[in-house]
Parts: sequence; C-alpha cells; structure tokens
Amino acid sequence: MEKRREEHMDVRNIFLPECFGKKRTAVQKEGFFMKEKLAQLKEKALSEIMASEGLDKLNDIRVAFLGKKGELTDMLKSLKDVAPSDRPAVGQMVNEARAAIEARLEERRQAFEKKLREEKMAAETIDVTLPAKKPMLGHRHPNTIALEEVERIFVGMGYEVVEGPEVEYDYYNFEALNIPKNHPARDEQDTFYVTDNIVLRTQTSSVQAHVMEQGKLPIRIIAPGRVFRSDEVDATHSPSFHQIEGLVIDKHITFADLKGTLAEFAKELFGEETKVKFRPHHFPFTEPSAEVDVSCFKCGGKGCRFCKGSGWIEILGCGMVHPNVLKMSGIDPEQYTGFAFGVGLERIALLKYEIDDMRLLYENDVRFLRQF
Amino acid sequence: MNTPLSWIKAYVPGLDCTAQEYTDAMTLSGTKVEGYTCFDADLEKIVVGKVLKVERHPDADKLVICQVQVGEAGETVQIVTGAPNVFEGAVVPVVLDGGRVAGGHNGEKTPGGIRIKKGKLRGVESFGMMCSIEELGSSREMYPDAPEEGLYIFNNNPAYTDLKIGSDAVEALGLHDVNFEYEVTSNRVDCFGVLGIAREAAATFRKEFVPPVVTETGNGEKASDYVSVEIEDTKLCSRYVGRVVKNIKIGPSPMWMQRRLAANGIRPINNIVDITNYVMEEYAQPMHAYDLDRLAGKKIIVRRAKDGEEFVTLDGQTRPVDSSMLMICDGEKAVGIAGIMGGENSKITDDVKTMLFEAACFDGTNIRLSGKKLGMRTDAAAKFEKGLDPNNAMAAMNRACQLIEELGAGEVVGGAVDVYPKPRVQKRVKFSYERTNAVLGTNLDKQTMIGYFKKIDLGYDEKTDEVIVPTWRQDVNAQCDLDEEVARFYGYDNIPATLPNGEATTGKLSFKLRIEAAARQMAEQFGFFEAQNYSFESPKVFDKLLIPQDDALRNTVVISNPLGEDYSVMRTLPLNGLLSSLATNYNRRNKNVRLYELANVYLPKSLPLANLPDERMQFVLGFYGEGDFFDLKGVVEEFLEKVGLKDILTYDPQAKKTFLHPGRQANICYQGAVIGYLGEIHPEVADRYGIGEKVYAAVLDMPQIVEKAGFDVKYTGIAKFPPVTRDISMVMKKEILAGQVEEIIRKNGGKYLEHYELFDIYEGAQIAEGCKSMAYSVSFRAQDKTLEDAEVNAAMEKILKGLKTLGIELRS
Repeated sequence: MEKRREEHMDVRNIFLPECFGKKRTAVQKEGFFMKEKLAQLKEKALSEIMASEGLDKLNDIRVAFLGKKGELTDMLKSLKDVAPSDRPAVGQMVNEARAAIEARLEERRQAFEKKLREEKMAAETIDVTLPAKKPMLGHRHPNTIALEEVERIFVGMGYEVVEGPEVEYDYYNFEALNIPKNHPARDEQDTFYVTDNIVLRTQTSSVQAHVMEQGKLPIRIIAPGRVFRSDEVDATHSPSFHQIEGLVIDKHITFADLKGTLAEFAKELFGEETKVKFRPHHFPFTEPSAEVDVSCFKCGGKGCRFCKGSGWIEILGCGMVHPNVLKMSGIDPEQYTGFAFGVGLERIALLKYEIDDMRLLYENDVRFLRQF
Repeated sequence: MNTPLSWIKAYVPGLDCTAQEYTDAMTLSGTKVEGYTCFDADLEKIVVGKVLKVERHPDADKLVICQVQVGEAGETVQIVTGAPNVFEGAVVPVVLDGGRVAGGHNGEKTPGGIRIKKGKLRGVESFGMMCSIEELGSSREMYPDAPEEGLYIFNNNPAYTDLKIGSDAVEALGLHDVNFEYEVTSNRVDCFGVLGIAREAAATFRKEFVPPVVTETGNGEKASDYVSVEIEDTKLCSRYVGRVVKNIKIGPSPMWMQRRLAANGIRPINNIVDITNYVMEEYAQPMHAYDLDRLAGKKIIVRRAKDGEEFVTLDGQTRPVDSSMLMICDGEKAVGIAGIMGGENSKITDDVKTMLFEAACFDGTNIRLSGKKLGMRTDAAAKFEKGLDPNNAMAAMNRACQLIEELGAGEVVGGAVDVYPKPRVQKRVKFSYERTNAVLGTNLDKQTMIGYFKKIDLGYDEKTDEVIVPTWRQDVNAQCDLDEEVARFYGYDNIPATLPNGEATTGKLSFKLRIEAAARQMAEQFGFFEAQNYSFESPKVFDKLLIPQDDALRNTVVISNPLGEDYSVMRTLPLNGLLSSLATNYNRRNKNVRLYELANVYLPKSLPLANLPDERMQFVLGFYGEGDFFDLKGVVEEFLEKVGLKDILTYDPQAKKTFLHPGRQANICYQGAVIGYLGEIHPEVADRYGIGEKVYAAVLDMPQIVEKAGFDVKYTGIAKFPPVTRDISMVMKKEILAGQVEEIIRKNGGKYLEHYELFDIYEGAQIAEGCKSMAYSVSFRAQDKTLEDAEVNAAMEKILKGLKTLGIELRS
C-alpha cells in the first residue's frame, strides 16, 4: 500500500504545470505520434487491467504504466519533444489516459476485494443452530420478583417502602392493633413467643404503630417482610412466610379510596380485566373490614380448578383503620382517617406463577429458581 | 358452623332463593358462606315403594326377586336385590329405572351420582333399586334409625305415619335441603347460633324474622325449692340460671331434631342431650344437665378449683385442675369444669329422674385459657370463649324447657334459680350519619341508615341521636362499628371506588432496600441464585458448624413454643440455611450451584432477652463447582465498589472462623472495620452437610455496608497525560502476603501512583526453597503533566526500600 501511494504521487508531480513551461523547443510532428502512442498505451493498459487476476497483478500493471519507470511516465518525459503549441492538448490526453487507467485500476481493485471478501465470508459460514453461549446469570427468588412487582405498583402511587422488626414486642404486634391481652385473635394467630412480651411477629401490621408513632402525616407506606405463625409445613402452609402491609392515613380518607386503591393494584398485578370483590370481614384493627377477592385470572371468572370453581380468588384483608388504633399511636381520629391492607406475598407468588406447593419456595433447588 | 337451610327457613319463612344466591348474598352482607352441600344433588326418580312379594332367585343364593309397588294406584315393578333386610311389606326408598343415587352402599359418594337403569341380574330382569341411606348420600349419623347394613325401612317409624306409596322419598326423608358451611368471625358471637344467622338472613333478603315463640313453662312448684345456687367468683361467672326437670323420660328425640343436629355435625343421643345441644346450636348458649339426685346438698356453688385438685370429666378422663379454673360444685365436691365439660359424678344416665338444667355465662378468656391448659376445646367451650351475652342464658333456658314439655321428655318445675348480680344493659352508641358518609365515601340519607339498623334489631333514639344496641351485639361499641353495619347492608359493592386525593407523597424505597437491590443484582450477574431459608433453626446447627461451646454465636433468641427443636432458635449466622440449600442441590445432582441470600440474623443484646435483638441483614453467597476463593472475592469486591465502598479493602487471614478452612479464610476489612468474611467451608463441615465438593462462602454484614455506602459518583476526567509503568519482580518468603506487598506499594508509591497489578506469581525451580517470586506492574500518572523519569524513579526507590523492610529482594 505504502509503496503504491508513492508511485502515484510521482506521476502527479510530473504533471505539475511548472514542468511544461521549462521546455518549449519541441518538434511539431512529435505531437501527432504522441497522440497515437498514447491511445495505444491506454488501450493496452486497460485491456491488461481487465485481463489481470488478483490484486498483485493489478499492482504490477500500475507500476508498469504509472510507476516511476512506467510507460506513461516515460511518455510524459518525452513531452519535451512535442511542439509547444501541441503540448497542452497532448498533456491533457496524457492526463485523461492516466485518469482512465487509474479509474479502471480502482474498479478492478474493488471488484477483486469484493470477491476476496465474499470468498472469505463463504468460508466463514457457521451453523447458527449450534447452542448459544449463555453467560452464567443468577435468578431472583419468585417471592422477591412478586414483591418487586407489588413495590413498583405502590411506589408509583406515592407509597414509601419501610420495614419493621421481625422479632417484635407484643405491644406492636397485638396491643397497638386493638388486640388486647387474652383476645381470642392471639390464639387464632398461633403466635411464636420468645418471652411474655416479645414475639415473632405474626403480621406485618405490626409496622403500623411504628410508622404512626413517628408523627409524620400524611402516611402512605407499604411494609413488606417476614412473619411467623405456628403452622406445620405442608403444601399450603409454612411457619415462616411474607406479608406486605399497606397503610394510608390522611384527612378525608374513605372506604371508597380503599376500594379504588386496591382495584387499581389488582389490575396492575393481575391484568387490566381483573375485577375485585369486597366482602365484609372482621379484623380487630380495622372497622369496617373487608376481605378482597379478585376475579380468577386463569378462567376470567367462569370458574375453574384454579379458583375451585368459584371464579374468585381471595387475595387480601383490609379495612378502615380502627379509631382506637389511631388514638393509641397519637393520631386524632376526628381529624384523620385511614385504611390498611395486608397481602400474603407467597399467596401472590403461588397464584401468579402457578406454583402448586409452597415448600418449593424454601428448598432453593436451582431447577426451580431458574424458571423465574 | 354448619346449618341446613331448612332450619334457617324455620325462622325466615319468606326466604326463597337458590343455594348460590343465598351464598353470595350472605357472604356480601358479612356472614361468609364457605360452601354448601345439596343433600339431593344426585338424587333423581326416588319414590316410596312397598315390597309386595319376595321370591328366591333361581340362579343366585344371595339375591331375591321382589315385586315392589311404586305408585299409589298400585303400579309395581320387579326389582332384584341382595339386601339382607328386605321383607314382604317393607316400605322403602326405591330409585326407578333412569333415576340416580348418590353413591354405593359402602357410603362412598360417586361424583355426579350413579345412574340406575333396568337390566338383568343373573338372568332376571330388574327395573330399579331399593336404597340404603348411604346410597341416598346420607349416613346413620343423620338417620340413626337406619340399619347398619341393608335398605332404609320406613315402617314402624312414627315420623312417617302418613307416607304415601309412590310419593317422593327424598322429600319424606327431608333431603330436599342444603347444608351451608359458615365462617363466622370471632366478633359475631350471636352468629354462632342458628337464630343469629337467621336474623342476618332476614335482614339480607329483607324478609321477616320470626324467632321461636317461647311460652311459659313449668308446673306449680318452685325450682328454688329443689336447688340453690351461689356464685363465689362473679368475675368469672356473670350469670347462672338453673331450672329443674323431674319425671324424666329418656328416649329418642324426634327425627327433625336429630336431622338438624346431625346436619350441624352433632350426633343425636337422646331427648335430653339432644335438647341441650339443639338449644346450644339455636341460641348459641351452651347448656348442661346434671342429675340433681347426685348433687350433694342440692346446691350449686360456682368457684375456682384448688391447686393440685383432680377432676374426672364425664368422658371418664382424670384431669388436673388448678385455681385459675372455674368449677361448678355441689355442697361437697366439684361436679363440672365450668363451661368446658361436666363431671362423671353428676352426669345424667338412662335412669335419671330429676335433673338440673344449667345455662350460665362464663368469662370467655378464662374458659379459653382453662381449655388450653386442659387441652380441651369442647363445643361448649368454643362458644363460651367468644364471650356470651348473659341475657341470652334465660331465653335459652326457657326454650329448652319448652322443648322438654313439647317432646314430653319430663315435667318442668316452675320458676328458675337465677343468680345475675350485674345485669347487662343495652348500650347506647352516639351516631352521626354524616360521619358514616365521610368514612365510607357515600352519600346516603339518615333514614336509609336507620332502616338498616332496624332490620338487625338495632334501635334508634331520635332525640339523642343514639343507636340502641341489643346485648347480643357486643361487637357494636362505637361509631365505626355502625359505619360497618351501614356498609354491609348498603353493600360493599355499591360503595364507589376512588383514589385518595390528599397531599402528594414521594414513592420510594428506603436506602437500605436500595443497597439490598444492588446486592441482588450483583449476585445474579455473577451467576448466583437467590435462596430463601427459615429464620429459625436447630441449636444443633452450631455443632454442625464446629462453633465452640463458649462462642457468642450460641447466644440465641429462643422460641418458647417452637414447632420442634429444628425450628427453635433464631439464626445468629446465615450459613446453615445456605449450606443446607447447597446440599439439597448437591444431592439432586445439580452442577455448579451458586446461591445467595439476604438473610436477617438475630443477635440478642442481653440474655435473658429484655429488649429486641439486633436484627442484622447478612448478604451471604456460597457455591460449589466451578470457581474458587478468588472468584468469590471478585464478586464481593465488585459489589462493594458498586455501592460506593471505593476505599481500599484489606483481607485479614486471621478470621478464626471454625467453620472455614483454616488456610483459606479472611476477614474483609474496610476503613478499619471487619465488614464480613469469606473462605472455603471447612471440609469437615462440608462433609457434615453432605456436599462432596469444595464449597466457598462469603458473608457481608449489611448494616455496616449500608452505613458506608452511597450512590454518589463524581466524574474525574479521563487522563490526558500518559502513564509511566514499571515492573518489579521480587523474591520473598512464602509467608509474605500479596496484601503486605501491596500495602507497601500503596504507602510508599507517592502521589502519582495510579495502579498496581500482580502479573506473575511463581514457586519452584530457580526459586529458593520456602520462597516465591511475585511480579507487579506499577503505573504512575500525573493529571497535569507528563511525568519525568526522575519523579517515577524516586517513587520506585521508596517502594523498593519499603519492600526491603519485609526482606523482599528484587529478582535479578
């Protein structure tokens, strides 16, 4: 490459106009022969170029015609013998011949290169159906994926995600939630006790009073986390599972707001077509209270094995925060109202991913985890 | 709670709806129906038939050929049967050709039932089937008069005196009924009785509620002449009503009562026991019957048991009782554990003559705790636990006595002994309909709301704007409870759905959660799968991990009522779960498994636990298969850098973790603090977990990392001047750590030191025994100029000088 460029430069230098002016004593008739010779030279060069095979040959031709000692260069040297009046015309002819040869050279070079590349590529053909090389990527636990989904929805609605202790004072888990000592709900929840007043929290509702006590209003939080209940392990029970608590406290919060919020949540989580049904229920820390069913996303509400034929799937409990609960945490129930809800995370994960046995969630078999 | 629709309809005669409509409407008004069973779901073309003739089957010893009348006009069909109890004249349920029964005679139901078609049995034509109670989908529980084996026989049962041949046998048996299963919430004590549910049903369907009319009962005598009652502990027993029945005639209770009890899940026994149970189901008021002749001193004293006392309950079991438990006693001894179970010594037997009926009201909490202590949860206790309405006791008692009279089970003695020191009065709850609308987001008028109240017997005082709450509604105490009453009868469905429109708030994750998210992302990028393990584990884990007996890690938060030893202590280090999960994968032949977990550990601040333990989130990574210590170290470093821990990390091999390989472990140190550790799991530990490969694990203490972390990044410019790089090749004692060499390079490298990198490490030929060679490339760069050789040389001098202090020599 380097060399070829030099020769090219030589040729061009020779054609600088200064070269012409120095020799003006040429013979007229030389001009005619020159033209003739030029034409022949040009034809010869072009046909040789056409006949050439390979880039090396092409370079040889370039050197042979356009190089320092090339034929065209030689002719140029003999321009001094041409009558001065003919020189411009002959000079132009030389230029034209050179341009034609160069153009043809370039054309051929490109053709050769194209051909070479094509041959090379043809040889490089691969079997695209051979297996992919996958980077070894890890996978997230389905509980976490479901949680992140829920967090995304509520963060989008202006909720802050907060946490609370898993080993918790009895007060936060029960008393501050309007569940006094000896309330039957304490039995129903089958609490793990550490001491008389320290428990493994049975519900993320325990975070409610912690948040309210901070005294910052309005409140819009969700509190995900681990909870514990004294249930033996089986396909639908685990002594340790996760809940997501939601709490909104502000002026003029209504049950209608609770309905709207959870309807929005259900649509985001289970699809635009999802319907929600609120059924009256009882929780000590909300009044009125409700359980919420969503239309079965498997059958769309017609009834199937998944929803046990009812067309509905129970997903959460909720209600208006009981005035006693607000009072205990220093919030004036005359001024503020609020709603709270609690969702079982495993329940969502099992439903959404159609996992039929809860135990799979805690085995951590990578063949299971890889599917999420 | 289970109750057949027929029983509800007895009090709501206008009720007319399908089982599904009933289910939906009741559930939406707050009485959740869990499910229902139609007794006649699979029964078709079943009539009352009469066996006219029984002949032997010519080809089968166990079969007979019957001519059965199946129509009033005398139509007969031929039926071949193998039933042992068939006889000429027997009146039996008969399923006709093309009809359906619910199941086989073994009591197993067939989904969808069994179609009965005419056919030949051993060559003899048969045009139907005579049925056992099991084939009709029922049981001897509900029909105690049914034989253990064979056909159900209508004959001689007074309940069927007017039975017409050819009529609907399902109707005759009362099987055109639906049994509903309710989930009653603990606050609705009244709905643990049929009457309570019926009241709700009437309100829900806007029909009239017709409770039983209890007439005056009793002879001219006085109960107080038979027995006296004294309550010692009025806190635990707020009311005790006693009535006396004499001339008792024990016998079976009528079919309708037996069926209702059976449908509710209670086995019929005899008229007295059945009436007791019937009233308990109807009024949600448990009752008990004592043999009055066996009560010493004709006296009842309600008092606490004495510590160390033992008591034989009517099931024959000896139970230890103590002073926390309330007993029913006679003049000498205990005769029952209050509200839980009566005593062997006073129970009524078939030859009882006079009995004392008890309807009392006991403290719910005390009953619950006593029941728990005794490990007994009788039907009665389950109701008392909820805290009953003492005013209901007398109503239930009078109802029971009425039934005694109606069923001719005995002669009721007039009057009652009623000890009721502090009668419960109706509550008055201030009501504001505006507030209800404000809480619900509705716009209902006051009269509508008051109308809802009236349907469930909540009164209203216009003058004071107070709702008058009957004593059975102990759950209605405040305005918010009235809000719920309005909501459920207006219909949760009908309340609009809106979104809160108050002050805007910022949705966000806490900083801690963001760091955890970064940890997940980084772990997954390096091929680690997220695991989740239980927070509690066995204390044996510490032995498995070779933790010394006196190690602080053995100070755990202990669960006082665990599911078992395996779940009894809260983890203090997160490795057991991860190693167990790796072992699970190893056993299942999964190759190259990498797991991570974000797991809390629970470190008690003091023991015994006086305040909450320190809950510390640990980021734990572990793997077996491809990779080694340094791969894991790389993951740790990438993560720490990602979350902004950009200062120098150092590694101290003296981590002294007993569960790690002694020569392959290190504490991870940052700014002078140990923020975690990593290493190869001790081969003995790996063995104990049954993992047959090298296992590596790292544990990072997230609270420290969160404290030091940050996502702030400042652009520092791309260097404009070229670096100067020098290589140093050294020979040193094997024990010298790369970390020590690097520390000297860092300390002595001067301000232009930019980077250093180990590019060769070698032991063996050409290197003296006990030594190794290491080669580093060290680069220097200035931000503002091209460095002069002299400057770099000076820095290199210093580095080499420092290295010499460790006895490190340059390799020639």
